[in-house]
Amino acid sequence: MSTDNLLFAKTHEWVKVEESDGAKIATVGISAHAIEALNDLVYLELPEVGKEVTAGESFGEIESVKAVSDIYAPVSGEVIEANSALPDNLDSLHEDAYDNGWIAKIKISDDSALADLMDKAGYDKMCAEEG
Amino acid sequence: MTTETLKKTPLYDWHAANGGRMVDFTGWSMPVQYTSIIDEHNATRNAVGLFDVSHMARFRFDGAGALELIDGLVTRKVADLKPGRIRYGLVCKEDGGILDDILTYHLQDRQGKSYTWMVVNAGNREKIAAWINARLPEEVTFTDYTEKTAMIAVQGPRAMAIAQELIEGDISELKYYQGREATILCHPGLVSRTGYTGEDGVELTVPAENAISVWEALHVAAAEVGGHAVGLGARDTLRLEAAMPLYGHELSEEITPLQAGLGFAMSWDHEFIGKVALEAIDKDSLPVRVGLVMQDKRVPREHYPLYVGDQQVGEVTSGSQSPTLGMPIAMGYVAPQFSAEGTLIDVDVRGKRLAAKVVPLPFYKRK
Repeated sequence: MSTDNLLFAKTHEWVKVEESDGAKIATVGISAHAIEALNDLVYLELPEVGKEVTAGESFGEIESVKAVSDIYAPVSGEVIEANSALPDNLDSLHEDAYDNGWIAKIKISDDSALADLMDKAGYDKMCAEEG
Repeated sequence: MTTETLKKTPLYDWHAANGGRMVDFTGWSMPVQYTSIIDEHNATRNAVGLFDVSHMARFRFDGAGALELIDGLVTRKVADLKPGRIRYGLVCKEDGGILDDILTYHLQDRQGKSYTWMVVNAGNREKIAAWINARLPEEVTFTDYTEKTAMIAVQGPRAMAIAQELIEGDISELKYYQGREATILCHPGLVSRTGYTGEDGVELTVPAENAISVWEALHVAAAEVGGHAVGLGARDTLRLEAAMPLYGHELSEEITPLQAGLGFAMSWDHEFIGKVALEAIDKDSLPVRVGLVMQDKRVPREHYPLYVGDQQVGEVTSGSQSPTLGMPIAMGYVAPQFSAEGTLIDVDVRGKRLAAKVVPLPFYKRK
């Protein structure tokens, strides 16, 4: 999948926003950069479907051998779907962070948080600066 | 601390040029991994792993009375160490708390003159140097060789063969916890059959200026058998599986050797700092170091609380996914009544109570 129309959070989640029946749906995953940094993935906790999440707050967790990291909701809204196949196929995230690697879909209730997200170029620049 | 102020080992440039992801480890810029912790871990268990352990402190003591000096500072008797022998021991405070775990070597130089060598944890270098200097008799000279030398651990079933390629003389004659001076790639150095992975192997100490050439020669030989350079990440999973304690985790100034499961490192038939306090402690009341295997996929991490029912019974000191066992494992301290094999203990994983079982240590023992 092309990363051209994705948005990125400072906390390394990617977001793809699509319109469906007049609602804005955000598909959310973890960037390839973050997957590579986490490296040896051992566990993913998906958000619960039906849960109301708030932009900037933890809504999932991912464990590598080295550490556990929160996954932050990049937008506010209701989780309408979670990628239940993903926790058993974490290695596939290394090949495909942006397509089959999606984690959850959020029906956006308030799109103001979208303004805080970066485009790919801005995100790449941030990663380069972080080293 | 910024990267500029971090200390660098003589192998720093190699790590940086070969994919080492560098992190601050007790003031040293060290590689946490090159490819993947699991790959590096498995390379060590199955073939050979190369570890830059130059950040660990190396001290030399010359003069009569050096071994006797150290004998009075460690829990394990070392005054009777024969030349070529190495012993693990703990340096304790007066109250029995652990200042460090160290290795004491009795070595001989090429002229047959005895000297004493000591390897100390990187983060405890200044503390232990000060502890020793305050007690140093006039006839003993203390020299810190940490930055004049590099130390490379070669570990795994192929380690002895790989290391032998660089070393003059048969190293297979060295038994576990023996060491000697050696000619390594035509230069003077030390070889000891020691390590921190649960595998067979050696640790080589060489002058700093020879570090890169020795490392590269080892690396070429290792690569031929599926070996790999290994970072601190896999060093930690390897030693955790082997249930070796790590200072700052299982060992600290607040922990005594009595509870750390290190009975083998105690000899009560000599005098050492902390002995009086340790003898006075009621051993049966102390928390006990145990092994835990999770009954779930979540990984127990340092400081996660341990519960039985609503009662907190201890804390995790080290935890990780075990690459060899394919499940999450941990060490921790628990109240003695919950330390029996098979006891079910809940680990508080970020607010969720998940079951773990007490198992005997080590988690992994080489065949």
